[in-house]
Amino acid sequence: MSFDLTEEQESLRRTVEKFAEKELAPIAAEAEEKGEFHREIFEKLADIGLLGIPCPEQYGGAGLDYSTYILVIEEIAKQCLATAVGLAVQGLPQIMINLFGSEEQKKQYLAPLASGKKLGAFALTEAGAGSDAASLKTTATLDGDSYVLNGSKVFITHGGVADIYLVMAKTNPGEGARGISSFIVEDGTPGFSCGKTEKKMGMRASPTREIILEDCRIPRKNLVGKEGDGFKIAMIALDSGRITIGAAAVGVAQAAFDESVKYAKQREQFGQPIASFQAIQFMLADMGTAIRAARNMVREAAYLKDKGKPFSHVAAMAKLFATDTAMKVTTDAVQIFGGYGYMQDYPVERLMRAAKVTQIVEGTNQIQRMVIARHLLK
Amino acid sequence: MKIIVLMKQVPDTETKIQVKPGETAISTDGVTFVINPYDEFAIEEALRIKEAKGGDVTLITLGWDKAAEALRTGLAMGADKAVHLNDPAFLTNDAHSIALALSKTLKKLQYDLILCGKQAIDYDNHQIGVRVAEMLGIPHVAVVTKLVLEDGKAVAHREIEGGTEVVETPLPAIITCQKGLNEPRYASLKGIMQAKKKPLEAKKVADVDASPGEVGQAGAKTVVLTLTMPPDRAAGKVVEGEPEDAARQVVKLLREEAKVI
Repeated sequence: MSFDLTEEQESLRRTVEKFAEKELAPIAAEAEEKGEFHREIFEKLADIGLLGIPCPEQYGGAGLDYSTYILVIEEIAKQCLATAVGLAVQGLPQIMINLFGSEEQKKQYLAPLASGKKLGAFALTEAGAGSDAASLKTTATLDGDSYVLNGSKVFITHGGVADIYLVMAKTNPGEGARGISSFIVEDGTPGFSCGKTEKKMGMRASPTREIILEDCRIPRKNLVGKEGDGFKIAMIALDSGRITIGAAAVGVAQAAFDESVKYAKQREQFGQPIASFQAIQFMLADMGTAIRAARNMVREAAYLKDKGKPFSHVAAMAKLFATDTAMKVTTDAVQIFGGYGYMQDYPVERLMRAAKVTQIVEGTNQIQRMVIARHLLK
Repeated sequence: MKIIVLMKQVPDTETKIQVKPGETAISTDGVTFVINPYDEFAIEEALRIKEAKGGDVTLITLGWDKAAEALRTGLAMGADKAVHLNDPAFLTNDAHSIALALSKTLKKLQYDLILCGKQAIDYDNHQIGVRVAEMLGIPHVAVVTKLVLEDGKAVAHREIEGGTEVVETPLPAIITCQKGLNEPRYASLKGIMQAKKKPLEAKKVADVDASPGEVGQAGAKTVVLTLTMPPDRAAGKVVEGEPEDAARQVVKLLREEAKVI
């Protein structure tokens, strides 16, 4: 593993940085305030090929590794966490269908997802079960050549705007984790509907919504993998998702840090820039140090995944550390801005609200510690 | 259709320009370099013409080793090949020298159309496209905001004071591009991955049949004597009091101190 980016990675990073500054920065604050989802941003991301990064070339994607994927996510997150999370969510069904899906499923679903013609979503969480996937209540019952799904899913990113949902449901309710299976459900299927749109603290430009399955009949061939593969699929998805959330958190932290440095040099008190005070300097030094450590952890997790080595515990560590860093750094950024930091006129307030969700999604940071400890003590 | 784009790598527009005392060029320490924004319009226009009419797009730049990055970015946007005049003996900021090196390179190439930015945003000479056209003995249209190609000719809309001038020119010709001509695309992920495989040819002075004495600093017609940062802006003056008195005071200051009325 090298600390240098390849020429292509650096070129891609700069292109995405420019894209985010020109296309996302001007609208991010307003979209956040109004809670508006911008579908056209995903069309623009698709135009430059960013929605199919983890999808193999033969199915219309770019077939790039996670080490490259996280660079893109971080740059997008610097301007807009909602878009970065959307990009990560778009990747999940592609990764899972590619790993576990049939050839027919790959042909049918990967290209539209990779090209952005269709948006994807990942539906695991329920009111009573998230990281405790074994407690899922949604059921899928085989009936002739169909599965009939019943239940509801909450907090689904891109719920209501996505076209293709990867839904986890119990095919064998008597069993815990081994009773879970994974299904492709398309928007518009009779019995599929959307419920409440959540009003969130931050990341408001990304719709989070309940989805409801009422006698939702889907073809039997929409089962991904075998019956009982669902838990494995969900765990791989979460492991992979933790790396991308870690990368997004690094982006949020970096944005808050950059704003803080700029402000500390400009803002004068007692006749000098506040950056000349040691109190501010030490905060900036700690922020910069933590961000660097977080980025390196995220990169290591991506590297291990790319190499096919065990990465689950490193992904959990990277997610834990990067998102706690984002929370700490954005909180300190608001502090450096003082009263102005608390106002919506400056971006650090939005970044602080954004950071909070990264400590919760893809498994709370308490769950991450459980995963890590279980690995360390086994 | 064979299209050539003349382009330059320049400091990012967001760069804080610094000049070290005694130097006659800006400091490049910590500076991010990008494709000159006006040249991006040229590249985009070239790609659109290629997409509509077929053909190929060749990029040419004159500059240090690092300028190859700008060429790779242009290739990632969709250009087919690139030529890098990369020889210390080429390096200069003199418009005549640069135009001569470019025109000598162009004489050995085939082209139907040459596009470039109306200016580079670093030294703002505004001269390259026009000078190269003169050296090649072909027409040029400068500061173009709309370009339509018809059989063997181009109709170009150019910005003039208070209006638009529509000019028809036979091809080959040089068009210098202005903001408004198009909206440049981002390099695509696929384009970035393919860029490394596209031909990028480095040329020395001898390769373009130039003699070392006529190009680069040796062939320069101008010499930069000094380069200084603009003075810091002085603080503004606030005139207080009743509007009538204040207005009188402002007029007095404008006449006697600022000497502008």
